[in-house]
Amino acid sequence: MSEAALERQIERQEADAKSIFGFWVYLMTDCVLFATLFATFAVLRDSTFGGPGGNDIFSLPFVLVETLALLTSSFTCGLAMLAVRRRDRQQVLILLGITFLLGLFFLTMEVTEFHHLVQEGNSWRRSGFLSSFFTLVSTHGLHITVGLLWMAVLMVRTAKQGLGRTTQRQLTMLSLFWHFLDIIWIFIFTIVYLMGRAAV
Amino acid sequence: MNEPKVVVVKHEHNGGSIRTYTIGFVLSIVLTVAAYILTSKGTLSGWSLVYILGALAVAQLLVQLIFFLHMGRESRPRWNLTVALFAVMLVGILVFGTLWIMKNLQYSHTHQLTTPSQTDQLIIHDEGYGQ
Repeated sequence: MSEAALERQIERQEADAKSIFGFWVYLMTDCVLFATLFATFAVLRDSTFGGPGGNDIFSLPFVLVETLALLTSSFTCGLAMLAVRRRDRQQVLILLGITFLLGLFFLTMEVTEFHHLVQEGNSWRRSGFLSSFFTLVSTHGLHITVGLLWMAVLMVRTAKQGLGRTTQRQLTMLSLFWHFLDIIWIFIFTIVYLMGRAAV
Repeated sequence: MNEPKVVVVKHEHNGGSIRTYTIGFVLSIVLTVAAYILTSKGTLSGWSLVYILGALAVAQLLVQLIFFLHMGRESRPRWNLTVALFAVMLVGILVFGTLWIMKNLQYSHTHQLTTPSQTDQLIIHDEGYGQ
């Protein structure tokens, strides 16, 4: 490789590293958004206005399955990134496909839970507790939806154009996003679903 | 004649390996299932359950940050870490500040108190702080 070509490559890598850092900064500000929603939920968790509390309407085994699905999708997303580094296009597509299906499964379960709650008259209009619950959990669900769309676009791109520089950078950002959403969900699982059983 | 300059192209090798991802995955599953079993068996309740669940969640946060997001493995200057720590500070101020203020407000609301210091006195009396 000529010296000029090497320098160009270094410049490109530095530019990519900067974009990925920018995305990291976005994720950290998203943390702050979720923190406000968690704080709101913590304040309103007992404001049930005569309606049901968390223990009356949440099914822990159901949520455990959701959690394990998302956790596994985070793992397969990581494995997909290892395949990206090996430039193994087929492996990337298979692993991202599994990640996508697990994410879709998670989202379907979440929508099912919401549908069930609304059917029983426990919608966001019932109480402050339910308003804050729906706001927090559906904001996470909305992020998952965007992540799935992004993943679908990148899978098409990978299949059509291969693992070019831009695709690699985007996939790196997507994997950060997906791991981040998994971490947020761990806190939803703990604070919203499990801690409700502590009855304090 | 010019000597060819040796340029080391630095690969962003903070991507981990199958081994680190698998360790992270297994630890996460163990921590999640442990939290679930502790809660559903009902062996613990009240604040002790809240503290233990909180500790398990923070442990899992660290596991995923290290094994999935590869934090702490970037080269200096560690801007990713700096931004993350700043975010942690903001989250702390937001969550604890909110809970503190709202608890205070609820006291003054239920007891028809007018000034913040009266409310503080009542909270100190009721909760046994500083005694």
